[in-house]
Amino acid sequence: MARTLINAPTTAKRGEVIEIRATIAHPMETGFRPGEDGKVLARNIIRRFSCHYNGELVFSAELFAAVAANPYLAFHTVATESGTLALTWEGDNGFSQTENHTLVVTP
Amino acid sequence: MKTFASRLRKLVLRVAIATLALSTFGATAQPPTRDSRRSGFDFMGASTQAMQKDDSLNPGMLWVKDGEALWQRPAGSNAKACASCHAAAASSMKGVAAKYPVFDPLLNRPVTLSQRINQCRQQRQGAEPLRAESQDLLSLESYVAHQSRGLPLTPSPDPRLAPFRQQGQQRFMQPMGQLNLSCAQCHDDNAGKRLGSSQIPQGHHTGYPVYRLEWQAMGSLQRRLRNCMSGVRAEPFAYGALELVELELYLAERATGMVVETPGVRP
Repeated sequence: MARTLINAPTTAKRGEVIEIRATIAHPMETGFRPGEDGKVLARNIIRRFSCHYNGELVFSAELFAAVAANPYLAFHTVATESGTLALTWEGDNGFSQTENHTLVVTP
Repeated sequence: MKTFASRLRKLVLRVAIATLALSTFGATAQPPTRDSRRSGFDFMGASTQAMQKDDSLNPGMLWVKDGEALWQRPAGSNAKACASCHAAAASSMKGVAAKYPVFDPLLNRPVTLSQRINQCRQQRQGAEPLRAESQDLLSLESYVAHQSRGLPLTPSPDPRLAPFRQQGQQRFMQPMGQLNLSCAQCHDDNAGKRLGSSQIPQGHHTGYPVYRLEWQAMGSLQRRLRNCMSGVRAEPFAYGALELVELELYLAERATGMVVETPGVRP
């Protein structure tokens, strides 16, 4: 399990625009760099990030080799109802991690 | 591409260092006086500063969070965690990192915070010491140092440290490597001027361990010192070597009263 930092409000008013910030610890190895033994290190990157709000996709991003290690993403969505924001990172070598964030929406 | 960019950057730096080495340096090395001292933070761009200031942006917090988990996790044959003896780090470790390096009477030499962590592992937990610059050691060190964030650096007043500190000061002034440059020539005499595209900071270690964008990871002060040494084409001292600890001692004295920033972010 990779370490993550997720920063998002836990409560919001209905209709409010909320910001979600997410960082994940990942080497984002490009597949172009030589290692200490001179051999090229195999690519190991996160290829896709997505955020589902109560099951509905609200944000997604494709990541490539030029993205730095420990990628940070910030995005906005509209608070509609109480529920869960599921943040998913998927990548090489079958990497997949989902972190849930609970949001309470008040009328 | 990361590789190309970092290689290009290193090349530019090398050329710039060589140019600096050729240009005449002032012979007198004066450490910056107390009021004119500035953290490396002040020499960074606004976006890098914003990254350090906001914990939700600061990638160093990944290591701090990791250290928090390690603090609670039992290790070694005694199955003790750091928390078993030291309880909550927030109170027990407050201001501790700001004192290091300290004198160890058994070893009869100064030790750094990471060496102390490994001593604890071996003697109290009965565990293998963590490798220098390993993820776990950096995480624990960052977590402990983070408890001193916002507090002034207050080096240990132990008189037994004095000869080691003096050695460190001497090494700071001593030119080294093929470029024959001392730490002082850049960080005392030419701080604030440019080396390639970046400003030369005064060389205060207030943010360590730092998340360095060039490393794309957390690194210790010793990694940074070794980095500078290979920059002037000197053979870097090994991790944990007394020479590096002595340098750390002098740096701590030089930065007395400056505020701890761990985890810092540096370009």
